[in-house]
Amino acid sequence: MDAFVLQILNGLDKGGAYALIALGLTLVFGTLGVVNFAHGALFMLGAFCAVTLQKLLSLEKVTEDPTQLTAWGTPMEIRTPYIETWLGDLGTTLIDYSVPVSILLAIPVMLVVGVVMERGLIKHFYKRPHAEQILVTFGLAIVLQEVVKSFFGANPIPQPAPEIVAGSADIGLLLGMDPGTVVYPWWRMVYLLFSAVVIGLVFAFLQFTTFGMVVRAGMADRETVGLLGIDIDRRFTIVFGLAAVVAGMAGVMYTPILSPDYHMGMDFLVLSFVVVVVGGMGSLGGAVAAGFLLGILQSFASMNEVKTILPGIDQIIIYLVAVAILLIRPRGLMGRRGVMES
Amino acid sequence: MTRRTITRRDLLKTSAVLGAGFAAPMIFTRGAMAYTNEPKGATVTFGFNVPQTGAYADEGADELRAYQLAVKHINGEGDGGMLATFSSKALKGNGVNGKKVAYVTGDTQTKSDAARASAKRMIEKDGAVMITGGSSSGVAIAVQGLCQEAGVIFMAGLTHSNDTTGKDKRANGFRHFFNTEMSGAALAPVLKNAFGTDRVAYHLTADYTWGWSQEGSIKKYTEQLGWKTAAAVRTPLGAGDFSQYITPVLNSGADVLVLNHYGKDMVNSLTQAVQFGLRDKQVNGKDFAIVVPLYSRLMAQGAGENVKGIFGSTNWHWSLQDEGSKAFVKSFGKEYGFPPSQAAHTCYCQAILYADACQRAGTFMPSEVGKALEGFKFDGLGNGPTEYRAADHQCFKDVLVVKGKEKPTSKFDVLEVVEVTPRSQVEYPAEMLGGELGPFNNGTA
Repeated sequence: MDAFVLQILNGLDKGGAYALIALGLTLVFGTLGVVNFAHGALFMLGAFCAVTLQKLLSLEKVTEDPTQLTAWGTPMEIRTPYIETWLGDLGTTLIDYSVPVSILLAIPVMLVVGVVMERGLIKHFYKRPHAEQILVTFGLAIVLQEVVKSFFGANPIPQPAPEIVAGSADIGLLLGMDPGTVVYPWWRMVYLLFSAVVIGLVFAFLQFTTFGMVVRAGMADRETVGLLGIDIDRRFTIVFGLAAVVAGMAGVMYTPILSPDYHMGMDFLVLSFVVVVVGGMGSLGGAVAAGFLLGILQSFASMNEVKTILPGIDQIIIYLVAVAILLIRPRGLMGRRGVMES
Repeated sequence: MTRRTITRRDLLKTSAVLGAGFAAPMIFTRGAMAYTNEPKGATVTFGFNVPQTGAYADEGADELRAYQLAVKHINGEGDGGMLATFSSKALKGNGVNGKKVAYVTGDTQTKSDAARASAKRMIEKDGAVMITGGSSSGVAIAVQGLCQEAGVIFMAGLTHSNDTTGKDKRANGFRHFFNTEMSGAALAPVLKNAFGTDRVAYHLTADYTWGWSQEGSIKKYTEQLGWKTAAAVRTPLGAGDFSQYITPVLNSGADVLVLNHYGKDMVNSLTQAVQFGLRDKQVNGKDFAIVVPLYSRLMAQGAGENVKGIFGSTNWHWSLQDEGSKAFVKSFGKEYGFPPSQAAHTCYCQAILYADACQRAGTFMPSEVGKALEGFKFDGLGNGPTEYRAADHQCFKDVLVVKGKEKPTSKFDVLEVVEVTPRSQVEYPAEMLGGELGPFNNGTA
């Protein structure tokens, strides 16, 4: 029972990350018809917003202590963060909360990145074949990766969660189990809650605002919406920015779970594409459902009991399920007729 | 006007003359080249094959810094580094065998095929007489095989799998770095003192040659102590999120988690294990423990505070106080502003050891250089008295057991040396790991 609960929790928080990335990916595909292979890089850029803010907050005043020498004979450096000097305890708290605070940096940065990416490059490929869109966005992802690597290096950079949620919670006690039976990190639960809130907000935005209504109409029939005198292109540009913001926020909040490095976007990209395909290209609900479904399946496939019977199943389960679903439902779980069909 | 016609006889004569003319220089050249890339000019070229892109690029950059420093010292520039403390005094700071050392570099990308391609390019196009470097056992074994076929010496960089000087050893290949067998032998007594003999271990293992080798060695030595092994679970390389592999540990009955991971995988699995509360957990009435058998200071920096109090082993550490280590740290620190990693140390040593062997042999011919390295005993390169064992081309020296430092004084000061395990405790019979060296290959002869 405890193993079951733990793997459900694992699957949910993993699925939360998949769903958040896949949501933006499918939103861009549904509106602009673009297969954006640079979407994983947006997740990575979001994570590096957190790294950047942490580095800025940790900028230090360096003084030399001539009485102490390093092993190579230069005076020892004494480092004090400026923000602690200026703000005292508030400065220390800001450094501690640098990951959640980074959301405030990531939203405008990712919006600008998304809009610039769409206006500057991707719009020129709307009418080009999907293969060309994939090539150019994949190339863009590699460029972004290398730029990040040149600034931050190749090694992972740890981003600790705030002290208050750095430990783990004894969930087993709440479920009437023995103490210590089901222990789960607080930050992973924060991430799960965060995913649910962001997904809810995106759906609410598209469902209950005029802007969202126009976007949904545009997704259904772009030409007719254009004939009504609505500048659908401008709205779709904003949707691209919105997708970048969602991916970026997902990246920021994931940093305490996975120390960010320049390659982290690529690690998620392939899985997120599988999620989008399984959910149905262009289907927002499908992306979310498939994200959580595949996250949970991947977790269960990693259990020792399962791996004993089917060695290596944890590494292929997602693809096996994808094949099975596409055989039964070629448009994916919630795919619409006519998407990617000539 | 007479018209000259070409007869069949004329054609045959002309062809024979032209053929002999073209072939002559080739025959002479072939005869003159006693071995692959025998240096003819004023310089000799070394090939530094390190990861310049990919996940281990930072480690590769540190390796390259060390090689460049070694070349400077061999050529008589800089402060001489460990040449001053090295027990062999064959190198005089004026190059090797009267030739200044030049170098070319290749990018292994930490991929076997890319590493072989870059090594091949350095041998065939750039004339490298020796290839060295790398940050992965898979890469080391692949490049070692290529160098054996090409007839050049391979001085391995950071490679920790037993197989490099075990079942996949080659006569032209030499390793200064330690291996998983030595890690297991060095760690076991320290683990016994720290955690006792009644423990249950759970292994998470990177699913490739180094991971299997590491798991096998640690299991062997901990089970000899009396520890039991609850499970040994293979994890895909670069899994990122290890939560689904860590949660089964919680209620497995194990009270020790052994992370047979390196690099990014180590950073992530250790960070996540700590987040799941494993370091603060009590099982079987004992404090839960985490062990990282192969530590790298560069990687430990990536895991931040999570390394505190966690045991592991390392080939070398910049805080060592012997004269060789101090000279190297001083030289490297002055040049680059920070201390060298263990990868930098092993690569620097390999470049110096190769140059020294060539100088002693009086040639760059692989078979003669190899014989000069075989059984070579030396000191002053930071690991105490060391021997390049003839039977498997593996260096035998003291092994360091380290622990994540509780109160680091700087971002480089993340590990502390808790034990220097003497060479006698980590030595094993050469035949134990299998494989055959075979004969040296001098290539073109």
